[in-house]
Amino acid sequence: MPLSIYLNVAIGGILTGLVYGLMALGLSVIFGVVRVVNFAHGEMMTVAMYIVIVLFSAFHLDPLVMLVPVAAAMFCFGYVLQKGVINPFITRPEHSQFLLLVGIGLVISNVLLIVFGPDAQNVQVGYAFDSYQIGPVIIDATKLYAAIGAIVVASALYVFFQYTRLGTAIRACADNYTGALVVGLDVKHLYALTFGLGLACVGAAGTMLLLIFDVTPSVGPAYTLLAFVIVITGGLGSMPGALIGGVLIGLTEAMAGLLFNPSAKSMFSFAILVLVLLFRPQGIMGKRTA
Amino acid sequence: MSALLSVEGISKRFRGLRAVDKVSFEVPEGGIFAVIGPNGAGKTTVFNMIAGVFAPNGGRITFAGERIDGLAPDRICRRGIGRTFQIVRPFPALTVEDNVMVGALLHRRNPREAKEWVDLILDRLDLFEKRHQLASSLTLPDRKRLEVARAVATEPKLLLLDEVMAGLRPTETDRMVEVFRRLNEDHGVTILLIEHVMRAVMALADRILVLHHGAPIAEGPPAEVVRDPAVIHSYLGAEDLS
Amino acid sequence: MIAHLFDGLPRRTLLLLALLLLIGLTAPLYAGDYLLTVLVVILYFAYVGQAWNIMMGFAGQLSLGHALYVGLGAYTAAALYVHFGIGPWIGLFAAVPIAALAGAVIGFLAFRFRVGGVYFAILTIAFAEFARVGFDHFGWIGASAGLFLPVKQFTHNNLWLLRGNPTLFYYVLLVATVAAFVGCRMLLQSRVGYFWRAIREDEEAARALGINTFRYKMLAVVISAAMTSFAGVVFAFYYNNLFPEQVFNIGQSIEIILAPIVGGVGTLFGPILGAFVLTGLAETLTRILEVVGVDLPGAKQVFYGICLLLVIMALPDGIWPWLSERFKLTGRPK
Repeated sequence: MPLSIYLNVAIGGILTGLVYGLMALGLSVIFGVVRVVNFAHGEMMTVAMYIVIVLFSAFHLDPLVMLVPVAAAMFCFGYVLQKGVINPFITRPEHSQFLLLVGIGLVISNVLLIVFGPDAQNVQVGYAFDSYQIGPVIIDATKLYAAIGAIVVASALYVFFQYTRLGTAIRACADNYTGALVVGLDVKHLYALTFGLGLACVGAAGTMLLLIFDVTPSVGPAYTLLAFVIVITGGLGSMPGALIGGVLIGLTEAMAGLLFNPSAKSMFSFAILVLVLLFRPQGIMGKRTA
Repeated sequence: MSALLSVEGISKRFRGLRAVDKVSFEVPEGGIFAVIGPNGAGKTTVFNMIAGVFAPNGGRITFAGERIDGLAPDRICRRGIGRTFQIVRPFPALTVEDNVMVGALLHRRNPREAKEWVDLILDRLDLFEKRHQLASSLTLPDRKRLEVARAVATEPKLLLLDEVMAGLRPTETDRMVEVFRRLNEDHGVTILLIEHVMRAVMALADRILVLHHGAPIAEGPPAEVVRDPAVIHSYLGAEDLS
Repeated sequence: MIAHLFDGLPRRTLLLLALLLLIGLTAPLYAGDYLLTVLVVILYFAYVGQAWNIMMGFAGQLSLGHALYVGLGAYTAAALYVHFGIGPWIGLFAAVPIAALAGAVIGFLAFRFRVGGVYFAILTIAFAEFARVGFDHFGWIGASAGLFLPVKQFTHNNLWLLRGNPTLFYYVLLVATVAAFVGCRMLLQSRVGYFWRAIREDEEAARALGINTFRYKMLAVVISAAMTSFAGVVFAFYYNNLFPEQVFNIGQSIEIILAPIVGGVGTLFGPILGAFVLTGLAETLTRILEVVGVDLPGAKQVFYGICLLLVIMALPDGIWPWLSERFKLTGRPK
């Protein structure tokens, strides 16, 4: 096969990977601060995706335009969920939290199944088949826009955490829960904010992803798993790690799909996960916990 | 009497911090040896090296004639060293009896065979009445006794006690001292203890080692050590008698 | 040894057990066909729940990929039958070791490299998913198109080949569930059981007491995997068709853990109680929906999800501990 095909597929994989990275970023942020392992992450993303589908068929708004409102809606959902349901579980044993979210995920994906049915749905945007050509390389417009959207959102998040007062307060909570309390920070509120932000990421990522893939109610668990693979590979709690992990996984999946069997591509992601868990559990960018 | 435990020049560094700096001492069989010193002096680190939690960066540890530095904690226990933890770690969802049973089963094939031994230990440590209570429902002094009972159940030749008296009232301290004296005199268990409660140290120890900033600053019989000026300066504090 | 099985259980519990056993043995006589199939499903989940419980409730390792062992057991026995005509009871001799080996590999990788807690759970999910995708491409066992066991018309039940009407499977699973119950009780009362519980409570403290935690954790994983694979064999011969998509599905793994969690992790009665409550209520729900004329695919799963949430939030230790506390069904605190 000519080199340009490899290049095209690789670039497509990297672009998609950036969107995956944004999704995983949400998971990483939630874990890094609230210390909750959101096992319903992918399911929550499918909620966002279906919101986009509904709005698109009603108002024909481009997903890129819907990015902000959908992210905002997911933020509210996340805030309420954390404050109302998840908060008492922070002090409970790990597997309790885990199972709580498994339960939430189970309910979400099956309610979606009941409401929307099992058939795949997508959005048909005007530029669905456009592409840009740079030399021998062909880049899909949808993937490009999605990746740009992901980078913009991720950057905004980074700026928020590094340079705003609220962001710094949240980072303080992550570093030292008791210390934050002593200093007078309303930790519950900040946790809820963070969860909201995490789900906003997921909402944005879902909106972007709809430009590239279809959605069915059952993709939720698959994306949850993918998010975990990415976050563990990149480093739990590391923001750049999530994006790097996302790109790595996106690239691997794309190349595996090209070189081997498209349906076997997830096997490579799992192989990477196992290797990381065994040999470098803190991930590429993670720090070893003391 | 020959040395049961021989610690030779062990050191431990934690990323630039010298926690323990060339500590050596010997504990004779049947003796009671105490390690004291201000907080952060490296006492628990020494213990953790003997108990196998981590290996020393240098030096040797010999027990009953064989080297044990670097061995895993469970192997060290099987060789005959039992330990308690500074912050007690009972098995919360198990009863007092079951907690001790876990220790007793190390050298016994099944719970039925071990029952008599478990009951004996519970009785000696004043826990027999509470044997059906959940460990999580015990008071602190009882938990400390449970911690000791469980370690003793493994039939150690050497017992490592990490600040067992902390938080106990004087009467409870005296009770514990009595328990350890009996363990040592009647059953020949060698004891190595870390302690801040001087009342217990003076009552029990044959010899004391004083650590400061990870290094030894005095060693000897209790009466000598407590009068040593370096020890008084760094740890015990002096009354101005002039 | 058998006499000691009943140590510490108050009389009312023993009577209850005897009564349940009696009902269990005679159920096919008065239960209708539909109820019998429901009972088969209940016993299946009670049995696998008990097997999973060994890993989680006894040794404290959360496995979310138990469908792997069901699938390995099912496919091994089914493939041997379809390709070589080997009956399931002989097939067990291949199915169980294969599943046990898989468990050993996962356990070894996880424990040797200190993968615990949530990471371990994710590792188990990854392996199950790996198997799912892998078997989807494994031609010899039908790949994604599925593996079908030949079902001939028969006039009588054949225990040897596990061919027959639900009554046969009911008794097979009943015996298995009772055996699992008794076996687990014996394990819990033994030295192994004490060590497992110690490891579950506090692994480091257990090591300080001389317990080789690696060895005992491996034992729990292997026993759990082996037991589960038997259920897989029964599964294969009951449904007579296997698809990797269904068998290794993470949904299956989650269904497996629901009964013991709702019933009570780490207890003996938990998985059985949980299976009865969950499947019983789920079937009732399905029937009600049928009667009302509403067809909601996924309703059962939503129900399961809600049950899981309710239990986790209100009765985190499960229904059994609460029940036994209320009615004083166990002699001493469990």
